Amino acid sequence: MSTVEERVKKIVCEQLGVKESEVQNSSSFVEDLGADSLDTVELVMALEEEFETEIPDEEAEKLASVQDAIDYIVAHT
Amino acid sequence: MSLEGKIALVTGATRGIGKAVALALAKEGATVVGTATSASGAESIQAAFEAEGFKGMGIVMNVAEPESIDQGLKKIIAELGAPLILVNNAGITRDNLLMRMKDDEWSSVVDTNLASVFRTSKAVMRGMAKARWGRIINISSVVAGMGNPGQVNYCAAKAGVEGLTRSLAKEMGNRGITANCVAPGFIDTDMTRKLDDAQRNAMMEVIPAGRFGDPGEVAAVVAFLASDAAGYVTGDTIHVNGGMYMG
Repeated sequence: MSTVEERVKKIVCEQLGVKESEVQNSSSFVEDLGADSLDTVELVMALEEEFETEIPDEEAEKLASVQDAIDYIVAHT
Repeated sequence: MSLEGKIALVTGATRGIGKAVALALAKEGATVVGTATSASGAESIQAAFEAEGFKGMGIVMNVAEPESIDQGLKKIIAELGAPLILVNNAGITRDNLLMRMKDDEWSSVVDTNLASVFRTSKAVMRGMAKARWGRIINISSVVAGMGNPGQVNYCAAKAGVEGLTRSLAKEMGNRGITANCVAPGFIDTDMTRKLDDAQRNAMMEVIPAGRFGDPGEVAAVVAFLASDAAGYVTGDTIHVNGGMYMG
């Protein structure tokens, strides 16, 4: 079983079309990985499906970086 | 124009344009879910599919109720899969002159004809975004552009649908999802049969084609917009009105 960090990074790569080597924990989805607003919505949707959880909109808006997403998943699943 | 393997959701499919659209999409090979507000309506949709040997089902859904849409979508996704074609056709009229129009005549028309389009589109968008393919086709009306006395509510709602459609087309354009409107003129349906002879005759004079349209003539345009062939048409309103209004 992969770690949460590995699974989050895999989804980030798939959704944003970036290479794994480009994705750091500190990477910002918008500033570093080139996500637009629709990309970030789709990324949250993909995370919800991977981790079988629902991320409320007000929480989803706070997920700006890879680490934010990992921390959220760890705390809520 | 094969729609084989695609699941289509058509709201208000019991009669008129909605029924013609549901059958036209099914004829192209789509599995079509037609909605009705009553169980008997859903059964009649089901019967129409079965009579033609088409794949599809009728379900009860009230597009004015968010919960009803959620439940309906869950049922469709569980039984068939995610709809990648959505035809927002369900609509009502509550005609009255503005000076006499009651608040509920305004709000029920705006809710059923406009807010419903927001809700159903939102409900199917996740599936379309994942598939990187989708077709939203909203049935507007010629009066959205022309205006019509006695219909400030209906015209506002239909013009609103056209604006919603253009914004949605921009939002989802790079995901392979198109959003368009089809704006029928006077089509021979129960809705226009409410007009009296004097009104019908007056309408006929302003229709160059010299006749009311057939629901199938609207459905043919919807079927085109649903197809792969229409992939580069988005944010548009296609008029089907015998020439009575040319934008």
